[in-house]
Amino acid sequence: MSPEKTPILEVSKLVKRFGGFHALDGLSFHVVPGEILGLVGPNGSGKTTAINVISGLYAPDGGEVVFDGASAGGVASHKLVHRGINRTFQVPKPFLSLTVRENIQVALAYGGATRAPSIAELLEDFRLKEVADRPAADLNSAQQKMLDLTRALATRPRLLLLDELAAGLNPAELDWIAGRIKALAATGMAIIVVEHLMGFIEQITDRVIVLNAGREIFEGTLATAVREPQVIEVFLGGEHAH
Amino acid sequence: MHNASKHLLFILAPLVVVFALLPGVYQNHLLLFNFVIFLILAQGVNIIYGFTGYLPFGYVGFFGAGAYGFAIMVMHLHTPAPLAVLVGGVVAVALGLLLTPLLRLSGAYFAIANLAASLAVLHFVANPALEGITKGPYGVSLTGTFNPSHAYYAAVVVMALTVGAVVYLKNSPFGLALQAVREDAVSASMAGVNIVKMRVIAWLASALVAGLAGGIYAWYVSVFYPDNVFSGEFSIFAIVFALFGGVATITGPIVGVLILYGIYNLIGFTTPQYFQLIYGLLIMGLVLFLPAGLVSLATRRGWHVP
Repeated sequence: MSPEKTPILEVSKLVKRFGGFHALDGLSFHVVPGEILGLVGPNGSGKTTAINVISGLYAPDGGEVVFDGASAGGVASHKLVHRGINRTFQVPKPFLSLTVRENIQVALAYGGATRAPSIAELLEDFRLKEVADRPAADLNSAQQKMLDLTRALATRPRLLLLDELAAGLNPAELDWIAGRIKALAATGMAIIVVEHLMGFIEQITDRVIVLNAGREIFEGTLATAVREPQVIEVFLGGEHAH
Repeated sequence: MHNASKHLLFILAPLVVVFALLPGVYQNHLLLFNFVIFLILAQGVNIIYGFTGYLPFGYVGFFGAGAYGFAIMVMHLHTPAPLAVLVGGVVAVALGLLLTPLLRLSGAYFAIANLAASLAVLHFVANPALEGITKGPYGVSLTGTFNPSHAYYAAVVVMALTVGAVVYLKNSPFGLALQAVREDAVSASMAGVNIVKMRVIAWLASALVAGLAGGIYAWYVSVFYPDNVFSGEFSIFAIVFALFGGVATITGPIVGVLILYGIYNLIGFTTPQYFQLIYGLLIMGLVLFLPAGLVSLATRRGWHVP
């Protein structure tokens, strides 16, 4: 493995239980800098749980998360942010009564980025310039998603986790945001994308991991995945698999 | 001019000048003193509720702790009053530290637990078995420190510092981060904010403010019973005044105290029956029509209210 392809994130045998339910059941994968990895799978397969564990919202019940050579499992979220992990949320979670600009300012002030990006650039890049001084509560859902993303980018992450960022965007917005995500990866940022929109996943990812019941059942390109009987089975049910 | 400088110049400075000069032209010094005390307490509530979302129904616990911190220092160690006031603040912060586990709760659960905690402190202080230390339920009578004039100006200084602290919160990334924690703790942590640390700092700052106010109150009155300085009215008034004006602003709690405590003193004693009615109606109207306080009359029109 060449030095630049050393994984920035390595997840091994990750387990997360909620009562008797195994949301993650021995999940292992890695991602290298500059790569866009897709996590796909039916509802309840553990995609968002994986992101929640990697971003420190949940402590794992077993297994290991190693980020940039150091253990990251069970570490508090704000510390992981300072180490270079950030994320967006499936349902965007901006600070509603603060303005768009203030939302980003919090992350710029506390995100621990040594060379923080300029706020004007972020607002421009993610089409928030016009609404910069409006409360986040006034934004539509697509704009709130962009604000979530912008707030994450203000901390200059080296690993970015996108949880259903594309859901609810129109085709033109999807093309535009796909371009943005690829541009971020081109700077060396590792990106993990959880998404249900397969067209979008195909457009941006280098590789996908298909999850079912908290385990990996396939790893490779999406084009290969859709021909795998096991993948077809979990997405469409047993009778379509053969 | 920088926003913080504007706020200091046009809000804090006039407030301090007015309350520093009023004793020279207005004879009811006790009333002026009470105004200053409530300005401090309402801003203290603003710090913890307005900026972090914790509603401190037992806020008076810190006030009473400060009053008794002052009294014990004066009674047993003959400490000079200004130093004893500082000790009152420290005692309140110590109580705040002891109560930090309450911050794990939220909403009504926190409010109720905080109320219970303040009652526990009251009954601890008023315990006859502690008569040798706190004078128990028999009350404190301090000799040698009585100086209402000095106590009044000490209160003005603490009010200036408290309003100054709120100006800082309103104009600093720290205050912005506190509000972020109030809005969404998970998102705040993903913005890199250490949410536990922020909450504890705001909690202790508001405890300090109430403790100092309590110490100065004890200095001013010199004779008091546990029920006086742990009276739930302090918490309720401070919360209602802050909410009435509008929290998470500098001016809201000031406006709230001036209007509501003003009305209280205008008609509260002379015609208490009308006072209860008007007060009740005002508070109901506020909750129904202006849940974000009087300042929201301006913010709804797009005006910026500091």
